Amino acid sequence: MSIFDIPTLDLARAQFAFVVAAHIVFPAFSIGTASYLMVLEALRMITGKQVYQRIFEFWKHIFAVVFGMGVVSGVVMSYEFGLNFAHFSDKAGPVIGPLMGYEVMTAFFLEAGFLGIMLFGRNRVNKWIYMFAVTMVAVGTLISAFWILSVNSWMQTPQGFKINDVGQFIPTSWLEVIFNPSLPYRFVHMVLAAYLTTALVVAGVGAWHHIRGNADDAVRTMFRMAIGMILVTAPIQIFAGDQHGLNTLEHQPAKIAAMEGHWETSKGAGLILFGIPNPSKERTDYKIEVPYASSLILTHSLDGEVPGLGDFPPNERPPMTIVFFTFRIMVGLGFAFAAIGLWGGWLMWRKRLHEPGLFHKVALVFAPGGFLAIIMGWFTTEFGRQPYTIYGHFTTAESVSSLTAGQAWAALIGFVVVYAFLFGSGTFYLLRLMRRGPEGAEPVENTPQRAGGVAGAMLANDVTTEKEGAHA
Amino acid sequence: MTGFVHYLPDIWAAIIAFAILTYVVLDGFDLGIGILFPFLGSEENRTRAMNSVAPVWDGNETWLVMGGGGLLAVFPLAYGIILNALYIPIVIMLLALAFRGVAFEFRGKTRRWQRLWDRAFFGGSLVATLAQGAILGGLLRGPEVTDRTFTGGPFDWVSFFSLGTALALVAGYVMLGAAWLVIKTSHGLYDLARRIGERALIATLGFIGLASLATPFLHPEYYHRWFQWPGVIWSAVVPLLLLVAGFGYWTAIRSDRGVVAYLSGIAIFVLCFAGLGLSIFPYIVPASITIREASTPAMSQGFILVGAAIFLPIILAYTAYAYWVFRGKTSEHEHHY
Repeated sequence: MSIFDIPTLDLARAQFAFVVAAHIVFPAFSIGTASYLMVLEALRMITGKQVYQRIFEFWKHIFAVVFGMGVVSGVVMSYEFGLNFAHFSDKAGPVIGPLMGYEVMTAFFLEAGFLGIMLFGRNRVNKWIYMFAVTMVAVGTLISAFWILSVNSWMQTPQGFKINDVGQFIPTSWLEVIFNPSLPYRFVHMVLAAYLTTALVVAGVGAWHHIRGNADDAVRTMFRMAIGMILVTAPIQIFAGDQHGLNTLEHQPAKIAAMEGHWETSKGAGLILFGIPNPSKERTDYKIEVPYASSLILTHSLDGEVPGLGDFPPNERPPMTIVFFTFRIMVGLGFAFAAIGLWGGWLMWRKRLHEPGLFHKVALVFAPGGFLAIIMGWFTTEFGRQPYTIYGHFTTAESVSSLTAGQAWAALIGFVVVYAFLFGSGTFYLLRLMRRGPEGAEPVENTPQRAGGVAGAMLANDVTTEKEGAHA
Repeated sequence: MTGFVHYLPDIWAAIIAFAILTYVVLDGFDLGIGILFPFLGSEENRTRAMNSVAPVWDGNETWLVMGGGGLLAVFPLAYGIILNALYIPIVIMLLALAFRGVAFEFRGKTRRWQRLWDRAFFGGSLVATLAQGAILGGLLRGPEVTDRTFTGGPFDWVSFFSLGTALALVAGYVMLGAAWLVIKTSHGLYDLARRIGERALIATLGFIGLASLATPFLHPEYYHRWFQWPGVIWSAVVPLLLLVAGFGYWTAIRSDRGVVAYLSGIAIFVLCFAGLGLSIFPYIVPASITIREASTPAMSQGFILVGAAIFLPIILAYTAYAYWVFRGKTSEHEHHY
């Protein structure tokens, strides 16, 4: 089969998967960074310490670049459903449309509206309004995640609807639709992932400046905060992931079978640590297995029943190979993050956290690990629900738009090329900002626009803020 | 109560029309500034022009998401068909908006590549505007629909008419952008914006005239709307009102009354929008699917109407506040953090 024989369905899916995967890293980073900025600004107001503002200004620059990329890829997302999955839009629109409408009205506008004040307004509003703006941006990112995950969870574990005479999904209970069975797990898992990802990036940047020998007060403070955050969130995330798995076993057994690599339903199933799924023979080759562990993890009993993919008709099976490997990469990374947290915590306890060493190199290597884990997690859950868009009710094949192969190819190539260029450039600028560090030791390239330099502007801002604060 | 439920689709059509119109007049001026970018003379002027929109462009573009999201929420059939039919110009618009959107952040991060992001900002703004105009033109011609599915070809939207609407939108956005610059700047850039505004106004009115003459001949239905009683009243009144709004813009842009010029520009867009509404109502996909046929049940429309009634006023309030915080003329050094 040549690449020109790929069905438009697969091209539409590839485009959707690519656009979503590219988008998700930005909101994930924005959720974490926005909350971090809110905490920093609050600490600054409470303690009055300059160090928090230095860290705030540093991460604010980074947040602005990430948020900008999140907005442009997010605008694309709001049209992707209709572009590639017109029939899905028609049929599922009555249920998912209002949820996405609520996302726009309660979150997207909130973030965009207060972002301007947060980025440019410190010396134009008093400190309370500024704090309020920073808080609204952070809250907006969380509300946004709630609605988007509600939509996604409903598609995975649909309830609270009936189907009308033209085949549309019609809501019968909004409470059941919004608070569908997998939402709590998915929401907690995603928000923790966002916080963990951001903490890893902050820790990585801090580690780099430790290695380079310019770990001043600001770098040390943010590094400690990040390691503390990893120490707390990584173990909670492992627990949350386990709980999410139990929920998936209950509602999407075929997905669990693919994740675990089991072909036959069995009691006392072993946990396959590694193996190579062989779909044509319906078995998993080269297995390294821990006896009874799969049953123990999934059913909390040694002889609990665990589903196998072979028990599902071939046209209802998700692609095991992808789900099996992406799941393992995600879980492996999760345990690595927990280990980093413990290691860092131990160093902190021994008061050796700020002595450059192997730990800092490891922290630097794992700085982008959260993004990889998130993408792997989404691949697991999204490939794992195939062949359905609305689990058990509506297939991906039924969902697709009427597209010509030429259109589908052109759009796919267009998105890949444009995103690679734009987000590649963005990553370059982000790395350069991170390299400069909170001190902003090197001046920004186009100094005329920032005449006072970062430190100068900060001092000036402080004076005005306090003055205006006094007026208010 | 049943009466209210009966009018839900019309209420929602009005809300979505409002969102799209708000998008056009808000993102319109910042797209217009992007289109003007290479013609602003100096580097300093470009920076100043960009700084004047940097704090608000995000919010402006969100209305586009509201338009698309609203359509999916209450008229999903129309959303699917329109996006399927206008796939190519919509993908082009989205990619172009991505280019210009990142330029706001990237431009200030580099000196070596600044020219590149200047071009991305200009090219992205221009292409996005042309694509939006082509979408409008393609939609007005009426996509081919059979049994809830788009059955036309991928290039059905290409025509001289859509070229006309595309150019008209470019002229209109430049007109709004010039008025914004008159509000926000001083000295050389301000004088330049006034001269550009005058020309953009003439071009806009010219294109609107051409498009208005062509529209009634796209479909017999449109023809009847405009030239039979009572549509003929509008056919007589709308051009008159357009001239009044045009005169308002002209006199305001020649003096230091940018706000009046901008409001007159909005009036021109509102009138054209009303004309469009009059042409296609009660259809949402012209000539094939009506607002009622595309509507979701009251259960869906009522649920989100509660949210719209609560949140749209709040959104408008804090959006207005954000504009208020950044009021006044913008200097070159401001709005960099």
